[in-house]
Amino acid sequence: MSETLSAIPDYLHDGTTLRSWLFTTDHKRIGILFALAITVFFFIGGTAISIVRLDLLTPAGDLVSDDTYNRLFTIHGIIMVWFFLIPSIPATLGNFLLPLMIGAEDLAFPRLNLLSWYLYMGGATFTVLTLILGGVDTGWTFYTPYSTMFANGAVLTAAAGVLISGFSSVLTGVNFIATTHALRAPGMTWFRLPLFVWSMYATSLVMVLATPVLAMTLVLVMAERWLGLPIFDPSRGGDPILFQHLFWFYSHPAVYIMILPAMGVVSELIACFARRRLFGYSFMVYALVAIAVIGFFVWGHHMFVSGQSAYANIVFSFLSFMVAVPSAIKVFNWTATLYRGSISFEAPMLYAFGFLGLFTVGGLTGLFLATVPIDIHVTDTYFVVAHFHYIMVGGSVCAYLGGLHFWWPKITGKLYPEAWARFAAILMFFGFNLTFFPQFVMGYLGMPRRYHVYPPEFQIYHVLSTSGAVVLGTAYFLPLAYLLGSLWWGRNAGINPWKAKGLEWQAPSPPPHKNFPVPPHVPDEPYDYHPKEGPLAEAAGDVS
Amino acid sequence: MSDSAYLRPPWKNLERQHQAVTLGIWAFLGSEVLLFAGLFAGYSVYRGLHPAGFLAAGRETSIVFGTVNTAILMTSSLTMAMAGRTAKARLFHAARILLFATFALGLLFLVLKGFEYREDIHKHLIPGPGFPISVEGAALFFSFYWVMTGIHATHVTGGLVAVLRLIVTSRNDTAWLAGSGSQEATALYWHLVDMIWIILYPLLYLAGRTHG
Amino acid sequence: MAREKIPAKSFWKLNRDLVMTWAGLCALLAITCTLAYVPMGRGNLPVSLVIAAIKAALVGAIFMRLSDHNALNRLAASVGPIWIFIMFVLMGSDYFTR
Repeated sequence: MSETLSAIPDYLHDGTTLRSWLFTTDHKRIGILFALAITVFFFIGGTAISIVRLDLLTPAGDLVSDDTYNRLFTIHGIIMVWFFLIPSIPATLGNFLLPLMIGAEDLAFPRLNLLSWYLYMGGATFTVLTLILGGVDTGWTFYTPYSTMFANGAVLTAAAGVLISGFSSVLTGVNFIATTHALRAPGMTWFRLPLFVWSMYATSLVMVLATPVLAMTLVLVMAERWLGLPIFDPSRGGDPILFQHLFWFYSHPAVYIMILPAMGVVSELIACFARRRLFGYSFMVYALVAIAVIGFFVWGHHMFVSGQSAYANIVFSFLSFMVAVPSAIKVFNWTATLYRGSISFEAPMLYAFGFLGLFTVGGLTGLFLATVPIDIHVTDTYFVVAHFHYIMVGGSVCAYLGGLHFWWPKITGKLYPEAWARFAAILMFFGFNLTFFPQFVMGYLGMPRRYHVYPPEFQIYHVLSTSGAVVLGTAYFLPLAYLLGSLWWGRNAGINPWKAKGLEWQAPSPPPHKNFPVPPHVPDEPYDYHPKEGPLAEAAGDVS
Repeated sequence: MSDSAYLRPPWKNLERQHQAVTLGIWAFLGSEVLLFAGLFAGYSVYRGLHPAGFLAAGRETSIVFGTVNTAILMTSSLTMAMAGRTAKARLFHAARILLFATFALGLLFLVLKGFEYREDIHKHLIPGPGFPISVEGAALFFSFYWVMTGIHATHVTGGLVAVLRLIVTSRNDTAWLAGSGSQEATALYWHLVDMIWIILYPLLYLAGRTHG
Repeated sequence: MAREKIPAKSFWKLNRDLVMTWAGLCALLAITCTLAYVPMGRGNLPVSLVIAAIKAALVGAIFMRLSDHNALNRLAASVGPIWIFIMFVLMGSDYFTR
């Protein structure tokens, strides 16, 4: 029996030609393809902002010109949002894990999955072209009428890049939705699904419904800029605020595309490393769906000072407070899961703890920003920049790295060096806070965002922030090095090095093409770290 | 019957595969509806802000082309629906003829659109220098006219490609029309393209007709 | 490949509801086109949109067979229109109160 099993090649060795990778329909390979692409973009986007932070060490704009400065922070935003964060967890971990976690052989539409990757690469090509053409200086938000009428830069290619990559999102979302409905293994009912699967489902709803609005908004920008059709031009009756409504209708839900998957990962990590079932599983599910839905109702909080009516401000402020409630429920439930748990501090758990703290700070500051009077004071300052970096980097990137480490043994069949990983996680936590906490302070004190030149009283904060960025950047290179290194020198992982629950841990490490040589056993409840019956339960005194 | 020949990995059951394809297409159609949503919203905002301009501009579109094209698209929806009905009844030859008819009608829609665009250009109905209507907002109407009809025509073209694929693939294996979920998926997409046009028609062709 | 011979009568029976729906759509098209020329002040737009909505509903219910589909597909089909409604209502909270 074992001879037959070991005769099945794992997905990494099942075909070694370039063709077998570029024409693969295996969700695991496609996940790897996405991972490679987003990693490249992460470091390009990181390089851009490193130059910005370097320049900001001094109040004068003495490293690069004003125009270059604007192009640098713009490309940082475009790359990080659309070419790193949005695809990061869904297209890499989601692609890899969704079929495994539900006991399926692949996604519902494997060829569509490959198309998603090619669409992403098509968009990526236009973005690289944008870089070659010297970039664009509108900010990642493309506000009109500057972007449509006055910006001198590669607006069209940048917009085209984002537009094309958006279709990648939509198709991934469609694929995930169909997969979750139709390919669950026998016994895997909806309320036995791991929270990561639920988070992929909720994220997919947002991807499918929000992304097309961005696509059309970019089409309108391109139509005005390229064809000269008046759409947002105020001198011909247009309303620039219409652009902002349409843009943020997508871009606010987009931030939930970036955080919901992270929340899914964190649930998996905390359950495993506290060795406890998630506290309040059903409410965690409802919270995911509630965030996805209510997230569509709050976009106007990006427009409090745009000229939007005061009544709209009230409506959007109230709704923004509402969307914080399910997020808070999740934070409470993760914390409650830790109570009486058997907690260990492997690297993935360190990232999960980092997430808990940093996401909470980011979330609370989001509430400050949702309060109209406060927002009027801190809008377009570094306070906002700090807020969203706490969520997107402190939250999403932390969770992505935590998930990458947690599932690395399953994906590659290798163990990473634990000591280095813990060191990197802790270094990252310090570097992150040193980079971004000073930004809260200087934002509150009035330092505007996107400014190349600033008054000298803010310099101390910028120096702290840039120092932090150096630490943070170093910390990011560590996993790049040791994770890659583990591919050659890492110890072989067994089938379940963490002794985690979840169907993915019943597949070999790494899994073969069709995932499960024997159909997986679906337990009665997810996260049954303390089963109610049997010797483990008796020993723990759990028997009722 | 070897309907299992139409089974594609990872599916083990043909009915499940079809159900998933149908759900997938409905999810995709949801995204398509949201694609046009931004255009509808923009149109509504500007019509509210510039009612006189929109009415003045609306009566310059060609009601003949617009109405005839609406009738053509609705008929193509009929032939598409009939193709699905007959394929399900395993009358595959009739189904293929109906798919041809759908393709032909869709192509006719695009051809007439081309003639209509030519006429519009001849009347200088492109915002910019030479635009004939000076009421504020009229140029905005026509921006939306060109973008809305252009994006819709792109979708019609995509639909034609999909219908053509059905026709070509079923050439040697007509039973494929029932065995695979492609026919139903294409049909649903085609009907949505028709529905979008049904909504566009009053917005672009019926505005301002009561004067002049 | 055998070309199926279908008597015209059973072909008609098979597709009768579809053809009737199409006839209804054409009638509504004629009505909406005619009404566009009837001065109704601000009523012209709502009337034409209501007729368009009825036509769209016919296409959805009968051509797309939504009435036959299971609840899940119907839910999926309704999400798009509901989200457009949300977009309009919340954008309206700005534009109607300026």
